[in-house]
Amino acid sequence: MSVQVWTYLLVGLSFALYIGIAIWSRAGSTKEFYVAGGGVSPLANGMATAADWMSAASFLSMAGIIAFAGYDGSVYLMGWTGGYVLLALLLAPYLRKFGKFTVPDFIGERYYSRTARIVAVLCAILVSFTYVAGQMRGVGVVFSRFLEVDIDTGVVIGMVIVLFYAVLGGMKGITYTQVAQYCVLIFAFMVPAIFISLQMTGNPVPQLGMGSTLADGSGTYLLDKLDGLSRDLGFAEFTSGSKSMIDVFAITLALMVGTAGLPHVIVRFFTVKRVRDARKSAGLALLFIAILYTTAPAVAVFAKTNLIETVSERPYADLPAWFKNWERTGLLTYDDKNNDGLVQYVADPARNEVRVDNDIMVLANPEIANLPPWVIALVAAGGLAAALSTAAGLLLVISASISHDLIKSVFRPDITEKQELWAARVAATAAVIVAGYFGINPPGFVAAVVALAFGLAAASFFPAILMGIFYKRMNSKGAVSGMVVGISLMLFYMLKFKFGLFDGGKDAVAGLQKYWWFGISPEGFGTVAMAVNFAVALLVNRFTAPPPESVQQLVEDIRLPAGAPPASQH
Amino acid sequence: MEEKQQRATAYWKINLRYLLILLSIWFAVSYGAGILLADWLNSFRLGGFQLGFWFAQQGSIYVFVILIFVYVFLMNRLDRKFGYRE
Repeated sequence: MSVQVWTYLLVGLSFALYIGIAIWSRAGSTKEFYVAGGGVSPLANGMATAADWMSAASFLSMAGIIAFAGYDGSVYLMGWTGGYVLLALLLAPYLRKFGKFTVPDFIGERYYSRTARIVAVLCAILVSFTYVAGQMRGVGVVFSRFLEVDIDTGVVIGMVIVLFYAVLGGMKGITYTQVAQYCVLIFAFMVPAIFISLQMTGNPVPQLGMGSTLADGSGTYLLDKLDGLSRDLGFAEFTSGSKSMIDVFAITLALMVGTAGLPHVIVRFFTVKRVRDARKSAGLALLFIAILYTTAPAVAVFAKTNLIETVSERPYADLPAWFKNWERTGLLTYDDKNNDGLVQYVADPARNEVRVDNDIMVLANPEIANLPPWVIALVAAGGLAAALSTAAGLLLVISASISHDLIKSVFRPDITEKQELWAARVAATAAVIVAGYFGINPPGFVAAVVALAFGLAAASFFPAILMGIFYKRMNSKGAVSGMVVGISLMLFYMLKFKFGLFDGGKDAVAGLQKYWWFGISPEGFGTVAMAVNFAVALLVNRFTAPPPESVQQLVEDIRLPAGAPPASQH
Repeated sequence: MEEKQQRATAYWKINLRYLLILLSIWFAVSYGAGILLADWLNSFRLGGFQLGFWFAQQGSIYVFVILIFVYVFLMNRLDRKFGYRE
């Protein structure tokens, strides 16, 4: 069977599975819609969190980014996993004990203020929308390459699927489809990695294969070989980076803290029964994530080595079929600058003839390594699972923010549960349509903004939640001013240095690099904005009245695990 | 009431001490070994890996997973000892 047939088969089967689960687990109440009734087992929640967390960026782009950035790619590996340690130790157990539905719920109640709640809602919506548009785009890319429909049709198909199970099932439906999606995506990521690791190093474990000697009997270590190939072509060595140390430090911290502050991840810990289940499921989630994250650098090394060996100095006419297939998508380009009919793939931009998009490395990897068609199809199904699961989680946050945090808590407290459930469904539908629109007409900034969503989360939520738990004296004025100043500063820095908004637009961005504050890139600036958030909050707090006794009591209470109310008590 | 309050305070203090120790390790493997000391550690090797590079792309992630499970174990034990187990 051809790749095409296999892809239709595997993608079709996996979609049928998701829809089947959605019908079986549809939500009948707001509790079920927002937090799956609060009775999810730690194991299921761990898998769902892992799928929720690992987006198209983790599955498709990350290994590709590492393949081209080498050591510098470590910021994503450490940043997107280390945040779970913060989440598990500093946030998840206490938020579970608090036991409500959303992050703005916590902020609003802990800081006894409607303003705090509204600020939190706006931050949640901003963070989630920037993130979700990128997912819909990822869906489009997979469809366009493997099912040969155009990207727009791909986005629409993805929208219909997500709409179906997010709107019908709410958190309950999403949780169980995410469990299935985790299984699909991890299988799809590991199978080709194991195959290729065996091919290249004879070791079936990619994490070990990456550090092994080559299978060709030469006794050379794979990493040494890749460093050598890179040096010869003028690229930086794979194992050493080119970013400054302070920037690597700042980006890693911003990603970690941002991870811990992302509302769609935090809300998953409201779905388990007890405080200790929240701790345990955070550990399981990271374990499931680590399987992919420790494999990704291995995939990067395999793919980069294979790519160089397959194309460098080879006649264009003899290149394998995958090269031409990807050329058709425009994500891989070849331009014979010196008309010698050979492919020059080198660092020097004047002589380099090949441009490879980061996003295709994982998708093209099995083809580059000549794996059977079903493996290639599996990767397509896995990429879709990763993108859809994250999109669904984000859409739920957006819909809960609108129906629960705005309509029910602020504007119309008197609506019935049934009406609220309807509002949630309508909000989810509207959110899918907006996300789909951005997927079809990506404003040039989508990709850039996805990485910055973490900076926004780090600069707003993390300090407010952390101090809400660990600093009893923190009051509402302090926390709100911290959030407002933190997220505004982050937005300003992003607009100035990422979009060149104040200096003449996109073209000015490269020239602005030397003006970066402390040499920190916009991706890493969340760290600075977070520090400013803390400082402002503590300062304002010092000169304003302490929170009321009842709130201090609430803080005392969430610090102790016993007697967590079921999430349904509301 | 007095006794209950004391118990809660003692529990919280031990919890904070666990957090301090575990987060120090968290910081040491990622920011320490993976970033600040990476260049120096790269002069050592672990099979085909330079050590600093290994910490940045593999080792720190393994330690993160272990840290959370150690925390789960410590806290479950603490909950039982203080009678906060659900």
